[in-house]
Amino acid sequence: MSFLADPRWGEALAHLPDYLGNHVRVSLAALALGLAVSLPLAILTRNRPAPRGILLALASIVQTVPGLALLALFYPLLLLAASVTLAWFGVSFSAFGFLPAMLALALYSMLPVLRNGIAGLNGIDPALIEAAKGVGMTARQSLVMVELPLALPVMMAGVRTAAVWVIGTATLSTPIGQTSLGNYIFAGLQTQNWVFVLFGCFASALLALAVDQLLGLIESGLRQRSRARTAFGAAGIAALVAATLVPTMGRSSSGYVVGAKTFAEQYVLSALMRDRLQATGLSATARSGLGSSVIFEALKAGDIDLYVDYSGTLWANQLHRTEIKPRAELVAELKTALAKENITLLGELGFENAYALVMPKKKAEALGIRTIADLAAHASTLSIAGDYEFFSRPEWAALQKAYGLQFRAQRQMQPDFMYAAVAGGEVDVIAGYTSDGLIAKYDLVALDDPRHAIPPYDAILLLAPKRAGDERLKTALQPLLGKIDIATMREANLRASGNDANSSPEAVAKWLWGKIKQ
Amino acid sequence: MPSKPAISYVHVTRSFGALKAVDDVSLDIAEGEFLAIVGGSGSGKTTLLRLANRLIEADGGTITVEGEDVQSVDPVALRRRIGYVFQSGGLFPHLSVADNIGITPKLLGEPAAAIARRVDELLELVQLDRNAHRDRLPAALSGGQRQRVGVARALAARPRIVLMDEPFGALDPLTRDALGDDYRSLHRKLGLTTVMITHDMTEAILLADRIAVMRGGKLLAQGTPAELSNSSDAYVLELLRTPRRQVERLNALLPQGGAA
Repeated sequence: MSFLADPRWGEALAHLPDYLGNHVRVSLAALALGLAVSLPLAILTRNRPAPRGILLALASIVQTVPGLALLALFYPLLLLAASVTLAWFGVSFSAFGFLPAMLALALYSMLPVLRNGIAGLNGIDPALIEAAKGVGMTARQSLVMVELPLALPVMMAGVRTAAVWVIGTATLSTPIGQTSLGNYIFAGLQTQNWVFVLFGCFASALLALAVDQLLGLIESGLRQRSRARTAFGAAGIAALVAATLVPTMGRSSSGYVVGAKTFAEQYVLSALMRDRLQATGLSATARSGLGSSVIFEALKAGDIDLYVDYSGTLWANQLHRTEIKPRAELVAELKTALAKENITLLGELGFENAYALVMPKKKAEALGIRTIADLAAHASTLSIAGDYEFFSRPEWAALQKAYGLQFRAQRQMQPDFMYAAVAGGEVDVIAGYTSDGLIAKYDLVALDDPRHAIPPYDAILLLAPKRAGDERLKTALQPLLGKIDIATMREANLRASGNDANSSPEAVAKWLWGKIKQ
Repeated sequence: MPSKPAISYVHVTRSFGALKAVDDVSLDIAEGEFLAIVGGSGSGKTTLLRLANRLIEADGGTITVEGEDVQSVDPVALRRRIGYVFQSGGLFPHLSVADNIGITPKLLGEPAAAIARRVDELLELVQLDRNAHRDRLPAALSGGQRQRVGVARALAARPRIVLMDEPFGALDPLTRDALGDDYRSLHRKLGLTTVMITHDMTEAILLADRIAVMRGGKLLAQGTPAELSNSSDAYVLELLRTPRRQVERLNALLPQGGAA
């Protein structure tokens, strides 16, 4: 099939109004806020070297924080702030999506605006400031009528840099729940959908390039004092903003929001649930690519209405329990504990997606390894890879403790690359997922856990507190409960990991529904 | 000479760190007078000029403008009623010629229509073609045209006193001559009091009624050119000799009548 005839381009295009609109909205708001804070600061500190130095140093430090970390940092920060305002003033706000993304990006935009603002104001010929005073201007009049207009081209160059940075970094706001062009990239990476990855990269690059050129036009217009040029650039920016924002404006935000974490199985399941809701006449959208801790808090706060989590994950991360219980018992206890927070555990889907230590079957046989206990004897000569959270999770600590595991080296990897890496011998062992279809595809084996260090991980369907009494929703989801066995989910995941038209989460969800109905 | 001074300096001093820029200067400038302050760089002549409209504040002594102690007047209001011509124009590069000229009336809150009429009047007064120059930016003007705009701007709010900071120093000799003469006649016609600083004694002699000579912050001498030539100060006499010596050398070098 020709590369360009791939139907996933069409699928990607269908998401564009939503992703692009949200991307522009959050970038614009962040830039506006960044400017509103930075410009007065630049003006106030232009003649005060000490505070100016501190300010620029702070802005530079912010700049050294990686964009993803800065965005991630704002989520718990806002959660804390929201709980404080709730306790003190009885009002809370959503710490999810737009607000943390906008604040983090605004902070990110400050350095170039501050630096150029100060440089622009300090670079004005002192004779002109003297002249402003001499013709009878007050300090404020001099600032507004002479200094700011003269500094404008340099300031505009700073705004331009900030705009490009913000547009680029906004692609990283997907994991904290802000829809952006990053949704293509995150989803594409997780489901090995390179069409999406490419589409997301091109779309954000094009947007950044267009904005850069238009702001450049304004900048050169200001520099050359050409009204026409400036107006042309401004009209271009206005048209761009209008064209990207209008299609998503007035779209009702009511309806159910189905959350999904950052891996293929979650994309498929969220698409499946969304389809079920829509099939029963409920309006629903999927919010994918959410971080593991973000998604639970988002459900608690009602920012999303439902999602699938795994019993062992909540057991360890939310209840902070370390003892291991049988599957059914653990789910029952979890259900009671979640009910106290008004979260409904609607039921299990049927399969388990547990962490498991996985290695190539041939290698395991050659070394005589069948269980993790066998592995422990060889660990000191082997290397292990896990996803980004595994090595900081309680399960890893429990494994190390139970078996005395000491590996020669450990690495973190994108989950979908781990299987190929272990099959290719780049690492010896990976912390994989039992429901992953790639285990069979690459002829790998999941090692037994005779000491039960890893808790069970039943896929469970959770509903937000505000949906606790929503019978229509529960009825719509009922057909999914207990109907997805591990073999089916593995095959679904294997399909989703392919790089062709039938591997999109939507297509796999339809296939999965077909299997469930049988 | 009229009795009431337009500007009066009494024992005025101003230091910058250890440097005494203006050192115990007393000087009266009479109403309607054209005074030139002559001195080299670092002589304190610019500081002395700027003390009058409080662009620089005095450390000691008293300065009065039209009978009022400048310390008792709001400095912004003071500057709006005193015209000031800056070295090489000091025009705002982002404003048109008309907006530059109209700036002080605008700050004073005069209506736009009145300002527009005034701008046209002033363009005519400084002999610039209204239609050709009104909407241009300063960058599109020649040096001489820029300085004419600078003069027009200084006169816009109908000041009775005009301060000029080496206004014609950066111009070519022909333009400089023409502009000097033109300003001199404006000064008469409008009944202005003008204080001009220059390092060029020839310019001072040709334009001013009286000359004050500054050196190292001190006022060495003041008076009409004729009075100055009776001074006992060697530096003053040297300054006065320079123009004549130049003329003599020019006469020797040029054909008969060429330099007259």
